[in-house]
Amino acid sequence: MDTLIRRRLLLLAPLAVAAGAGGAATALLVRMQEGRYDPHALPSMLVGKKVPAFDLPGQPPSAGFSAADITAQGQPGLVNFFASWCVPCAQEAPALAALQRGGVRIWGIAYKDAPEATTRFLDRYGDPYVRVARDAAGTVGIDFGLYGVPESFLVDPTGVVRWRWTGGLSADLVRQDLLPRLRSLS
Amino acid sequence: MTPELGHFALALAVALAGAQAVLPLWGAQRRDPRLMAAAPALALGQLIALATAYGCLIASAVADDFSVLGIAQYSSSIEPLFYKVTGTWGNHEGSILLWCLILAICGGVVGLFGRNLPSALRARVIGVLGFTSAGFLLFALTVSNPFARIWPPPVEGQNINPLLQDPGLAIHPPILYAGYVGFAIPFAFAVAALLEGRVDAAWGRWVRPWTLASWCLLTGGIALGSWWAYYELGWGGYWFWDPVENASLLPWLTGTALLHSAIVVEKREALKIWTILLAIGTFSLSLSGTFMVRSGLLNSVHSFATDPTRGVFILVLLALVIGGSLLLFALRAPVLAPAGLFAPVSREGALVLNNILLCSIAAVVLTGTAYPPMAELVFGAKLSVGPPYFHDTVLPLAAPLFAAMSLGPVLPWKRADLGAALMKLWWAALAAALVGIAAGVGVHQAFAALGFTAAAWLILGAFAELVSRVRLLRQPWRASRARLGAQPLAVWGAAVAHAGLGVTIAGIAGMALASSAVVAVKPGQTVAVGGYDWTLLGLHDAPGPNYASREADLRVTRNGEPVALLHPSRHNFAAQRQTVSDTSIVTNGLRDLYAVLGDQRDGTVVLRLHVNLLAPWIWLGALVMAIGGLLSLADRRLRVGAPSRRQRAAEAVAAE
Repeated sequence: MDTLIRRRLLLLAPLAVAAGAGGAATALLVRMQEGRYDPHALPSMLVGKKVPAFDLPGQPPSAGFSAADITAQGQPGLVNFFASWCVPCAQEAPALAALQRGGVRIWGIAYKDAPEATTRFLDRYGDPYVRVARDAAGTVGIDFGLYGVPESFLVDPTGVVRWRWTGGLSADLVRQDLLPRLRSLS
Repeated sequence: MTPELGHFALALAVALAGAQAVLPLWGAQRRDPRLMAAAPALALGQLIALATAYGCLIASAVADDFSVLGIAQYSSSIEPLFYKVTGTWGNHEGSILLWCLILAICGGVVGLFGRNLPSALRARVIGVLGFTSAGFLLFALTVSNPFARIWPPPVEGQNINPLLQDPGLAIHPPILYAGYVGFAIPFAFAVAALLEGRVDAAWGRWVRPWTLASWCLLTGGIALGSWWAYYELGWGGYWFWDPVENASLLPWLTGTALLHSAIVVEKREALKIWTILLAIGTFSLSLSGTFMVRSGLLNSVHSFATDPTRGVFILVLLALVIGGSLLLFALRAPVLAPAGLFAPVSREGALVLNNILLCSIAAVVLTGTAYPPMAELVFGAKLSVGPPYFHDTVLPLAAPLFAAMSLGPVLPWKRADLGAALMKLWWAALAAALVGIAAGVGVHQAFAALGFTAAAWLILGAFAELVSRVRLLRQPWRASRARLGAQPLAVWGAAVAHAGLGVTIAGIAGMALASSAVVAVKPGQTVAVGGYDWTLLGLHDAPGPNYASREADLRVTRNGEPVALLHPSRHNFAAQRQTVSDTSIVTNGLRDLYAVLGDQRDGTVVLRLHVNLLAPWIWLGALVMAIGGLLSLADRRLRVGAPSRRQRAAEAVAAE
């Protein structure tokens, strides 16, 4: 091959590399805007596995519950870790209330929280839960691989975790992500 | 009123940058001296407008004008004045404006000090800088406006992120950005050279000081960031291979390569195409590093500003700047004639080896950084690349680089005799070997022993060229001293910078021997960590200006002798409901005693205690490197304008 042509092809390589990188970055950006790519998403080791076994005492007046209770009626359930000291937990209260009105069974676990503080929190922001249990020591949180509060786990009727969300739930997220999954389960 | 003035000044800067992009380039193409002469004035005008805009932003922040969105979100009236000022670049919009301001300063500096450049080259350089400025200023004005208002204004601002309330981090962005953006000047020179179709030794001489100056700033910026991570994050580490850190390391690696290849262009007129590509590549990495991080494409603990909607604008800008320059490169570079042949064993050969190794390191770091998002894109897999990858890939490439680093400066140009060169280094090699054996016997840790060997080799080898030049011990001491004073500062600069890397390597090797422990203690209890006895004396409250704080008093003794008192504390920032640990570090230059206060429950306190050997050397070495760069910059030969008197005479002759 002519040396000049070979040089031209060789010196075109940086542009080709940059174009490839640019194309990939564009693809990522498009996916990010469509909500299909989130660099900050935290994968859960629990997704696709059975809910860890636990049996927690209740937050009066609610009775406590165990892993088996969640799926006892053959329905999917949403396990929601929360605490009175967490601000996003208060922010996600409307989204949880809307889910409850829509018939979703939400199981609350008060994570490392004083009982009276939990009571005040539920009085103030509403109680969307089927039952509220207390994980005072935080050991069940460890079993769930909890990243922080609030954090929600979608459990299918067979007791397998299908989805996990760290942080507060929002109306958009519920509509776009959670409800389609719930529909596919029931 | 002040924000309006700033907004107007920003719009004015966009208009001036647009003119700066079009008129000089057009003038240079048409050989119109009046249009070309407008370039410096336009660059200075843009700088003045943008400086006014930034001044208005600072004035609004100092006056607590919470009707400005960025100030309401990242400042508050109870904040100290210093953080009100530095908070202006603590948020996305402000940092972009700062970025643009530094780019405008680059243009202004070329306009002011580039009087001796050939007028067409100067016009093209300023035009390319203007084009880049115009793009990013337009971004600031349209989708990332630092003067955006909210109505009604809140009574109080939301305060800056407590982690960022730290003097080191507060001054970090301007230095780091100056390093990033400084590479715009070599980039503009490269594009201008491609437009002109000519690269010669004079071009190399003009490019090198600009490269050197931004390299010094980038070195300082990276070191400052790493130091901040060390003392503020409280993890006891100094480098985490985090995407944001890697984004700053990549242009440093290619910038270092550029610095060395520009020497070859200057002295021997070889490696021209490669140097042009490095100049474009370094600025491209700076640009994409800054803006990929800012658009949140890379996951990181650092990214406090993520907004994908702005990403499209940024990607288009990057495509124009990087794609445009590389397209020009592909079209014009093939006709640049290679010159200056040299043998593989020669100064040029050593510099080529340096370039290959530095760029290989950059390539593996880039691979590791870009792999997680790419893997998600292609395989849909969520994964992360951690320090083991970087250690395993970077170290094998760094080892030959260090070995060659001391050898390169003692090799003559064109063709070298390896044996004669090695003779100049035998004493450094012997000393390094002794250090290695002593370290190996002393610490039983291969990595640390190898690190100390490399450090000794680099520090001693760095001065081998000077030692041989002044014929130390081979002639009377007085004659040697006289010759030492006569050595050019550039030789001193190279020696000091190479030795600085050796100091950093020694620090890194020392840190491999660090010991640490997490302990739970009650007041009065003593624990032994790293050969020291740490006693928790007690705990007390220590309120600060905008936070509440709990402080522990630790006494450190060694064999019963008191060594130091440490006071690690935890600050509770009520405004953000955030708790930040304030690390307590006591150093004697050879080791850091490092304590972090953790949770407290039932009278028991969790403490993390570290004894970090030679830790301060890591940043001291970076400082030495930067000083070496400054020494080289101060060399008369490199002083801006010094080389061009001859050039102007030549031009005058050519014009007649």
